[in-house]
Amino acid sequence: MRILSLLLIIASSLFFTGIVIRTKSIFSGRKGPGIFQPLKDVWRLFRKGAVYSETSSFIFQIAPSIYFASVLMAILFIPFGEFPGVISFNGDFVFFAYVLALGKFFSILSALDTGSSFGGMGASREALYSLLVEPAFFILMGSFALLTGHTSFHEIFNALHFGSYISYAIGTLAAFLLVIIAMIENSRMPVDDPKTHLELTMIHEVMILDNSGFDLGLILYATNLKFAMYGAIIANLFFTPGHELYYSIPIFMGIQVLFAGVVGGIESFMARFRMNHNPQFIFTLTSISLLIFLGVLLMLGKII
Amino acid sequence: MSLSLDIIVITIIFILLTVAVKEGWKGSSALLAVLINAGISSYVAIKVITGQPYQELFHGSSVFGEVPVRIDALSAWFILVMNFTMLTGILYGRQYMKQYEKQSDGSQRSNLTLHFVSYIGIHFAMIGIYCVQNSLAFLCVWEMMAICSFLLVIFEHQKMETLKAGIYYLVQSHIGIVFFMLGFIWVSSQTGSYDFNAIGQYSASVTPAVSFILFLCFFISFAIKAGFVPFHTWLPYAHPAAPSHVSGVMSGVIIKLGIFGILRMLLLIKGNYILMGYTILIISVISGVYGVMLAIVQHNVKRLLAYHSIENIGIIGMGIGLGTIGLGSSNSYLAFAGFAGALLHTLNHSLFKSLLFYCAGTIYQATHTMDIERLGGLIKKMPQTAILFLIAALAICGLPPFNGFISEFLIYSGLFNGIDSNHLTVSLIMIFSVFGLVLIGGLAMLCFTKAFGIIFLGKERLPYHLPIHDAGVFQLFPKYLIALIIMAIGVMPQLFIRVIAKPVGLFTGQTIINSQGMEFTSLLQTVSMAVCGFILLALIVLWIRKTAVASKNKVVAPTWGCGYGVPSSAFQYTANSFVRSYRKLVKPILMMNKKENGMEGVFPNPVLSATHPYDKLEAVFIDIPIKHLRAFMGRFKFLQNGNPQFYILYGVIFIFAVITFPLVIDAVTYVIELFKQL
Repeated sequence: MRILSLLLIIASSLFFTGIVIRTKSIFSGRKGPGIFQPLKDVWRLFRKGAVYSETSSFIFQIAPSIYFASVLMAILFIPFGEFPGVISFNGDFVFFAYVLALGKFFSILSALDTGSSFGGMGASREALYSLLVEPAFFILMGSFALLTGHTSFHEIFNALHFGSYISYAIGTLAAFLLVIIAMIENSRMPVDDPKTHLELTMIHEVMILDNSGFDLGLILYATNLKFAMYGAIIANLFFTPGHELYYSIPIFMGIQVLFAGVVGGIESFMARFRMNHNPQFIFTLTSISLLIFLGVLLMLGKII
Repeated sequence: MSLSLDIIVITIIFILLTVAVKEGWKGSSALLAVLINAGISSYVAIKVITGQPYQELFHGSSVFGEVPVRIDALSAWFILVMNFTMLTGILYGRQYMKQYEKQSDGSQRSNLTLHFVSYIGIHFAMIGIYCVQNSLAFLCVWEMMAICSFLLVIFEHQKMETLKAGIYYLVQSHIGIVFFMLGFIWVSSQTGSYDFNAIGQYSASVTPAVSFILFLCFFISFAIKAGFVPFHTWLPYAHPAAPSHVSGVMSGVIIKLGIFGILRMLLLIKGNYILMGYTILIISVISGVYGVMLAIVQHNVKRLLAYHSIENIGIIGMGIGLGTIGLGSSNSYLAFAGFAGALLHTLNHSLFKSLLFYCAGTIYQATHTMDIERLGGLIKKMPQTAILFLIAALAICGLPPFNGFISEFLIYSGLFNGIDSNHLTVSLIMIFSVFGLVLIGGLAMLCFTKAFGIIFLGKERLPYHLPIHDAGVFQLFPKYLIALIIMAIGVMPQLFIRVIAKPVGLFTGQTIINSQGMEFTSLLQTVSMAVCGFILLALIVLWIRKTAVASKNKVVAPTWGCGYGVPSSAFQYTANSFVRSYRKLVKPILMMNKKENGMEGVFPNPVLSATHPYDKLEAVFIDIPIKHLRAFMGRFKFLQNGNPQFYILYGVIFIFAVITFPLVIDAVTYVIELFKQL
């Protein structure tokens, strides 16, 4: 049953971006494509040939595959309710974060490998934003470790139950934090706009400007997987103690759809920040995670 | 014969041999010396780690008395780590120095001799530092190490900068010596013994506050050697000035002497461990973050790497601090994770940092510049060096599947375990450290994507004047050796944790090692499986990609430049622009000293923009005090007027003062007595 979360995450990755796009189209009064359209696009890319920049080296060729493998690896750590992920050990969320960082390292390098000024621009921003967002995740996990006394994804989520008012506040804050982290990690709206057409204002899109064919397909599908992965982490916060599969699987799927809807909503109603406001916004997340830590300390009665 | 006599005799023989042989053979002679010394000391060290402690009494002269030479597991671990890097250092350095042989005019020749003799000497001195347990003898070997490393740094003494950096280094390392001399004199005046064990006995007999001050005394001296902030200012000068293999050895093992010293003192000094742990942990977090923050804005490769040494010393220090807190609060998990993480990171850092410096040396010899902004596109010219640099860069960022991840993982698991404590202060300090360590990781990633991306990727930014080719087999061999061990630790950490359990056991006690060691071995077993899984997964994805792409048509075309037809390499992002937004963020913390003349008039004119990052702490702790000291000393300048008559007069005044001083005191006491009688 360890493989259950992997299967469910892959299943929800199939329609996640579709729902986001659909939500956006509904909000803007368009009919919009079907929810499997992004998947069809990826499939089309998989069958296409590719154009490589003459400046690029082998780094550019292997980077998308390593990026994809890192996301896939990270997913293996995500538990599903009482079932642990495929791999689970004490401190596995450190591995989780670092393996994602490895993927990011390579995607930054591949952007620099093209020797394009835009690539460097995107790479520089990506490196900065990912370094700013990381502390928030770790402090969040640290708070959970303090709250539950465990240090692996599975044990933490298994032991995490909400009882008092403060704990609801913590849960809400944590979910909010994870949504924003997911938005930043996937280069979505308040920080980056995937639909922009001006290279100067792109982050993620500009890094993959020179990717094409199979590689581009991998990168795009990795984005779907990443979204579904964060959705699964959020879903883990809200499983009921009963753990019956006929409850938890619908809860999981419901949360994924809700999350996708929220992402679509945010993208429809928010404008993108100015580039130089982004670091401040991202660093604010760390203070929210510190708030969670404070809440946990309050709950445990360490400070009165 | 005893071990110490063996090594002394071998060292002297080979120093004489190195002086005697011809130019081309000096490197080989030094290599042989290092090889034999390393062989003997490693043999003893391995025996110690497998469970036979080594001890001998070396009969020194009448000054030293009997010098106890003891090798415990801690010394043994450091000896093994040091031997490996010294060996790769000389293997690489022998080739690196070939360039200087060719242009041998009279001055250069003697230079090479001095260089290799110093290298043998410093190896000997470091073995001594790890084994000798007598304060006086320790001071001697330490001094020998300081002088040898100074000689190694100033190899290119024709350059004024190098000489300046060397002297700066010499002065600072002697400030460190003053502090532990103070500590040794303090202890021996109280106990009358120069043996290290006296320190332990003395600290056990006094109040915790006193032993904490004693600890601080030693900590400051060793922190100067290790490069903890704010004692780090010598490091970014000395490392870039030295030849690359010396920089690698310095950063890899010489600064680790400081770490060894701190660990040794923690073993000896009994006191309030929690307080010591807090001190070490907080200083380390600050060192780590501050070091990498400064590293990012450096555009000289070796200077950048030097600042990274400060960062990594910070990480090691975090492990030590964590372990010490674990000892104080008798949390064995914390103690094990902390000390094991620190010791493993000591090894890891010595591996990837020396590899990075050796690669930097190869780049320097190929392009004759260390300025990142002048490099670019080297991956096509020197692919093997590029791959080695990439491996080391990934390892130093602490990314799996390489070794840096393992030690950082150990420290992380200690930190997350320590958060769940009964004391609020501990929880807060742990979350602060987690924040610091995460920030270090992220910043290191920014720094090394910059370093690797700008040096190796893209197109060359300025034309290279000489044809560039990769290093030869002999230069690459030591690097591959290091890369192999980096991979091995990353993939099979459980093997190394068993070895580390021995020195850690000195701190925590053997019973704890058996239980915690087992737990960590099995934890790392799972980590190793995850790492292997990841490698497998990546290979599968790569294979799928390869088969899928094989039948498709590939087109090679210029990079997309918004449709502009004449792309130029000047369009590429530079290192400076890569870190621009970061630089703006940290402007309040770092000193940037930016000079710019803006665009004027209607038509574009040449614009100058130069940034000279400077260390704010250096300005506050070193430059301002030196300025005041100079101003104060300047008042006494008239004394040194160059007139021999005056100097004779000073001598006469001094002799007069010495003679009359007791007489004056007698007179004063006499008068006081007189008053008393009244």
